[in-house]
Amino acid sequence: MFNFIFSSDLTVDKRVNVDIISIPLKIIQKSMVIAHIHVIDFDDENNIINKNVLLHQAGEIWHISASPADKGVLATCYNKTADGKVVTCAAVWRMPAELEPGGHESPEDAASPAHALELLCHLGPAAHGSTACVAWEPAGDGKRVISLADNHILLWDLQESSSQAVLASSASLEGKGQLKFTTGRWSPHHNCTQVATANDTAVRGWDTRTMSQIYCIESAHGQLVRDLDFNPNKQYYLASCGDDCRVKFWDTRNVTEPVKTLEEHSHWVWGVRYNHSHDQLVLTGSSDSRVILSNMVSISSEPFGHLVDDDDLSEQEERSQEPPQDSVIATYEEHEDSVYAVDWSSADPWLFASLSYDGRLVINRVPRALKYHILL
Amino acid sequence: MAAAAAGRGPGCGPGDSPEGPEAEAPERRRKAHGMLKLYYGLSEVEAAGRPAGPDPLDPTDLNGAHFDPEVYLDKLRRECPLAQLMDSETDMVRQIRALDSDMQTLVYENYNKFISATDTIRKMKNDFRKMEDEMDRLATNMAVITDFSARISATLQDRHERITKLAGVHALLRKLQFLFELPSRLTKCVELGAYGQAVRYQGRARAVLQQYQHLPSFRAIQDDCQVITARLAQQLRQRFREGGSGAPEQAECVELLLALGEPAEELCEEFLAHGRARLEEELRSLEAELGPSPPAPDVLEFTDRGGSGFVGGLCQVAAAYQELFAAQGPASAEKLAAFARELGSRYFALVERRLAQEQGGSDNSLLVRALDRFHRRLRAPGALLAAAGLAEAATEIVERVARERLGQHLQGLQSAFLGCLTDVRQALAAPRVAGKEGPGLAELLANVASSTLSHIKASLASVHLFTAKEVSFSNKPYFRGEFCSQGVRESLIVGFIRSMCQTAQNFCESPGEKGGATPPALLLLLSRLCLDYETATISYILTLTDEQFLVQDQSPLTPVSTLCAEARETARRLLTHYVKLQGLVISQMLRKSVETRDWLGTLEPRNVRAVMKRVVEDTTAIDVQVGLLYEEGVRKAQSSDSSKRTFSVYSSSRQQGRYAPSYTPSAPMDTNLLSNIQKLFSERIDVFSPVEFNKVSVLTGIIKISLKTLLECVRLRTFGRFGLQQVQVDCHFLQLYLWRFVADEELVHLLLDEVVASAALRCPDPVPMEPSVVEVICERG
Repeated sequence: MFNFIFSSDLTVDKRVNVDIISIPLKIIQKSMVIAHIHVIDFDDENNIINKNVLLHQAGEIWHISASPADKGVLATCYNKTADGKVVTCAAVWRMPAELEPGGHESPEDAASPAHALELLCHLGPAAHGSTACVAWEPAGDGKRVISLADNHILLWDLQESSSQAVLASSASLEGKGQLKFTTGRWSPHHNCTQVATANDTAVRGWDTRTMSQIYCIESAHGQLVRDLDFNPNKQYYLASCGDDCRVKFWDTRNVTEPVKTLEEHSHWVWGVRYNHSHDQLVLTGSSDSRVILSNMVSISSEPFGHLVDDDDLSEQEERSQEPPQDSVIATYEEHEDSVYAVDWSSADPWLFASLSYDGRLVINRVPRALKYHILL
Repeated sequence: MAAAAAGRGPGCGPGDSPEGPEAEAPERRRKAHGMLKLYYGLSEVEAAGRPAGPDPLDPTDLNGAHFDPEVYLDKLRRECPLAQLMDSETDMVRQIRALDSDMQTLVYENYNKFISATDTIRKMKNDFRKMEDEMDRLATNMAVITDFSARISATLQDRHERITKLAGVHALLRKLQFLFELPSRLTKCVELGAYGQAVRYQGRARAVLQQYQHLPSFRAIQDDCQVITARLAQQLRQRFREGGSGAPEQAECVELLLALGEPAEELCEEFLAHGRARLEEELRSLEAELGPSPPAPDVLEFTDRGGSGFVGGLCQVAAAYQELFAAQGPASAEKLAAFARELGSRYFALVERRLAQEQGGSDNSLLVRALDRFHRRLRAPGALLAAAGLAEAATEIVERVARERLGQHLQGLQSAFLGCLTDVRQALAAPRVAGKEGPGLAELLANVASSTLSHIKASLASVHLFTAKEVSFSNKPYFRGEFCSQGVRESLIVGFIRSMCQTAQNFCESPGEKGGATPPALLLLLSRLCLDYETATISYILTLTDEQFLVQDQSPLTPVSTLCAEARETARRLLTHYVKLQGLVISQMLRKSVETRDWLGTLEPRNVRAVMKRVVEDTTAIDVQVGLLYEEGVRKAQSSDSSKRTFSVYSSSRQQGRYAPSYTPSAPMDTNLLSNIQKLFSERIDVFSPVEFNKVSVLTGIIKISLKTLLECVRLRTFGRFGLQQVQVDCHFLQLYLWRFVADEELVHLLLDEVVASAALRCPDPVPMEPSVVEVICERG
């Protein structure tokens, strides 16, 4: 018996023209649960999509993230069912060489036997609880990984070409009730020493050197915080989204008030992503089946679009650019069911993909007019 | 003419010329007429007027000027037959006779009159002659009298002159005597205290003494007088300085001193200094009343005392001053104005302090009366001392107080409203504690609405006092225009409605975020309140205001529609927030129930989980709650036996449609496809969509939110076979009870189907339960 299952995450490779998109996931039988990772090549020039399937035999995947250094390596959080109990573990995997993005020798026939992932290491014993999220150090050499397990934040050093994971340091969140991390992001700023995590309605920042809390946004959202993202160009800016249908932008130096709040979605917002190069472009996906691309000019690193010094710009254009206005650029309604993941292509800044419950992956481009408006 | 006819009558006999008299009169008349006509150039008209008339020169024309009897007779005889001749003869004879008799009567009548006239004239002639004689005699007599008179006056001339001279000497002597007696008189007067008399004497003598001071005797008198006068002046000053006596006496002193020629400038100063001392005393006593001690006299008494004491005093001083020093020119007026300004400002400061103490109080009528007194009292000196601008300052104070009063009323209204809300909160919280039914929501709503309205009315009534006709300042332009429009209407009423909306909206904001600091029932109630305001109350209040305060100002006013729109928006937001909040409560319940349960190891379902029953109960409670305040709303048309139909659709056809393929290995894609196709045809569900103002819409919103949460939570879990079956049972149970609350039951089906389908997908071993079993369990539970 096969079942189609909840999608996990979506990462975008750095290679030109190629995205790896892992979509989930099939399960077989009761106790042995295997997920599939679909590696999808999207050839922008020819508009061709190639799909390869990788077997993830350990179990269904809840979270996936690719190593920034080695494109063949990725980390997953997966469910393991043991003794009628579901535990979420994390592991680092290597993809088979021929399926690495860019390797075009993949066979055309989809019916070819699926390749299996090669296990590199488990991220520790599951003693700390269910792992919710794994985050790689963004600018590093792919040796440091953070995993969030229940109320623990664990920093791992991967050694011997990632075949061994050593717990470098850890911290845990104390408080009344059962605290559980839901998601986390590693900040690309400050020499990669900061990590932001979300638990329930709070967002916290951690210093990875001392593993201590730097800031805490209590009740960042009215309900559960679903996702976080750091502005790639402005070091203190953080976007968060959650079950209160809102997307909030924070300045982590002053956490009492959000810098900006968006209320475009009509249900829980599951994902928020800054464009990697033009941080005014913000992508959000929600379980109201919509993906919204917003233009947050007023709080971006280039608040006035760009410095207008080109002589060939006509006056009218200059004037039209004068007031920076935040606006929704487009609402994509291709999905029929809840959208659980959105991400930008790391190769082409104008390309993004979104994934919904029914397994539909939609790749879209930023509208051409806006692209030229930003570029010119 | 009659006389002429009479005169001629005897001359020519009747028989002589039978046609003569008869012809002559018209003849002459006609002749005269003819000449006149000739003169006026009317001959042609004449000719035209009588075209058939005979030629005037015709000698045969009996009435013509050139009538010739012979020719006429000849003509007659020649032309006429005998019969006609006879006729004309008799005719003529008849005419002649008639004329004769006429003439005779005329002559007789007029003759008598002539005779009597002649008699009268003759008598008059005799009388006049007699009178002439008497006049002559009178003239001679008069001449004689004149002569005598001249002689008498000539003889008296001499004596008369002597008498005149003597009279002059006598007067002079009397003056001299007065002068010589002056010192002693003055002394006496001074001793007796008749200063006025003394000053009058001195005034009378001064000029003379001045003139004749070169004469040694006069000089001595003058010196004496000066000494006495100096003493007098000194005494007057003494009296003036002592100041014990009232203002009128002081004024008298000053007047006397002025008459004594003391320097006016100095007196001015002194006079004002005295006035100041007295008024300052008044001010001090007022200030003492103000004092820190609470039992100060009420504001009316205070202003009364201030009015009679200080303002009265100031009036007296000012009036006396103006009377005394009016001749001193503008400089003195300026001095007085400065004086009044200074003291006035101090007085105002005191009054303002007192009024500020009054600001806490609530008795508007007392305040208004006090202000009225205050203002009225100051209008008199205001007229007297326009330059000091006291009246304007007073008006300003009154305006300021009125403005502050408005502000206070606004605050009062706001706090009253907040108080109402607190009461409502307590009432809402109480039943749970007491365990018995408190007042219903509708009742609470009515309470809030009526008490707010009555507060508004009370405020309106009390600020209305400011514009009452009998209040002296109500006809100032501020109170006629700006106070009514900007003050009462805009800042008080509109401001209150706005702040009410704002207060209500605040409930949607921060506290709601943290989850239910505001009881949902309060939100519901406020929402209904705002909606009621939108539909009726706002326009009622504004009409009331406009009627009470005839707004004449041209300044822009907030239109009713804007306020209504604001209220409606507030109501909408509150209701939406209510839906979110209630949805959240149920969501949390569902979410906890899904997240905390071990779905893999669960046993075969025997009954519906308690949480689902709780959900249905809560929804029913919400339905009742909302039903108290909002109308039912419109549902989509349902068949008569809705539950039956939907049940069959849900449990048999649909469920099988969804699950049947899952028994085959290739199922996932098919299921996927099926559900996708199904979704293509169903409308997208906007979960947190705005709600309308009716019960069904509210309930639909809450149920949508809850079920969507259930769906999302289910997708995050993994289910065992029995877990799936339990979900199936739960969903069917919800399905059985929730459809009746929503506008479109299809919606509930869709969402619940989705939940079951998702659970099935999340189940490695999806074996659904038999629909009949599900039905049995649900009906039992």
